[in-house]
Amino acid sequence: MATAAFEPRIVAFFCNWCTYTASDLAGTARLAYEPNAPVVRVMCSGRVDPQFVLKALQEGADGVLVGGCHPGDCHYQEGNYKALRRFRLLKRVLTQFGVEDERVRLEWISASEGDRVQHVINEMTGQLRRLGPFQQARS
Amino acid sequence: MAEKPKVAFYWCASCGGCEEAVVDLEENILKVVDAVDIILWPCAMDFKKRDIEAMDDGSIAVAFINGAVRMSEQEEWVHLLRKKSQMVVAFGACAHLGGIPGLANLNTKQEVFDTCYHDVPSMDNKDATVPGVESMVDGHHLHLPRFWDTVKSLGQVTDVDYYLPGCAPPADLIWSAITAILTGQLPPKGSVLSPNKACCDDCPRKDSKPDTLEITEIKRPATHLADPDLCFMAQGFICMGPATRGGCGSRCIEGYMPCRGCFGPMDDVFDQGAKFLSAFASILTPKDEAAIDALLDQIPDPTGTFYRFSLPTSLLRRGKMGTPV
Repeated sequence: MATAAFEPRIVAFFCNWCTYTASDLAGTARLAYEPNAPVVRVMCSGRVDPQFVLKALQEGADGVLVGGCHPGDCHYQEGNYKALRRFRLLKRVLTQFGVEDERVRLEWISASEGDRVQHVINEMTGQLRRLGPFQQARS
Repeated sequence: MAEKPKVAFYWCASCGGCEEAVVDLEENILKVVDAVDIILWPCAMDFKKRDIEAMDDGSIAVAFINGAVRMSEQEEWVHLLRKKSQMVVAFGACAHLGGIPGLANLNTKQEVFDTCYHDVPSMDNKDATVPGVESMVDGHHLHLPRFWDTVKSLGQVTDVDYYLPGCAPPADLIWSAITAILTGQLPPKGSVLSPNKACCDDCPRKDSKPDTLEITEIKRPATHLADPDLCFMAQGFICMGPATRGGCGSRCIEGYMPCRGCFGPMDDVFDQGAKFLSAFASILTPKDEAAIDALLDQIPDPTGTFYRFSLPTSLLRRGKMGTPV
């Protein structure tokens, strides 16, 4: 029996000021990209509690993408630096848990970089398609 | 005279510290013995499993079970005691959160066996003997409990009424839990029997915490001498206090050690390690990747540090099966 091709589910947390606006721009510019990453708009990438990332994975996501403003551009001055430090530390913990590097990603995408949203989501979707579903929290 | 309520104490994957904690009740233990009938306490008294099996269901008033569940025999006992008891209390960090034995969830059973029975330098095991479920010795079939890949907390194996936190639970919390049970003054089922506030709230060093914490260097008790009065976080030591439930009496802090997180998270926190990681990373000072990584290199084992007691009850629960970590 043929099984349907695996389609990864990515939860994308995009900051209101940069990356969410960029995804809006990608839409306005009619840039087509993979539909695998529904976006959760947060006010700042610094709002993304590492618990959100783990909860998404535990509840069925195959990957998590966090998007924020470039360093120096944070609407709240420091939020993206906090996001970066949390991300760097969380990646170390995830490696110890055996979670593959491609599953959790942080990207700086400014409001004018709609094409970057397209590229990152396409690339990550492709990587996760090859990697397969995330199952370890559900075994 | 009315029959005294029957109480059972049992241990699973544990170190014996929780048994010590009961004895730490000191003279109060005599009041406990006056008020209840201890029908099971393997550490201290003789008993047989068949005696418990022969009892009516629900005839034990309360079973205090300590230790994580990592072997088939422990799971059997847990189910037996649940059936025979009106109330089950998870006693101590291992039963509550999975505890120190739960750190083995970053590895598989095979990796644990390879290390314990082969790789450690003190092991002399030329025949590569490892515990098996069945073996023949002098014509007799011997059976040993099965060792699972994954360590579980008590609440992941059976229905738990209350959680008594701590490694080990302090005597005053044990005493107040016992009196609450004896007088029927209990919070809602599933509660952790300790106040829902951060460890920092009771910390004797609280007043020394600066308004803004900024960490430029990460220190460890093994490598740095700590100031005896200053907030550990202000000195750059990893102190789990901000992400840990209070009520412990600040025993570690009083012993010049930072909080290790044994009381687990407060209510509404899904994952103690991630919550601490979040708070801790936010107060580091570097802003560029290279400097952040250089600072983080000073934490040799982030998962073992942030999830020291709570790995089996974390959101991911265990490492990937078969991945060498």
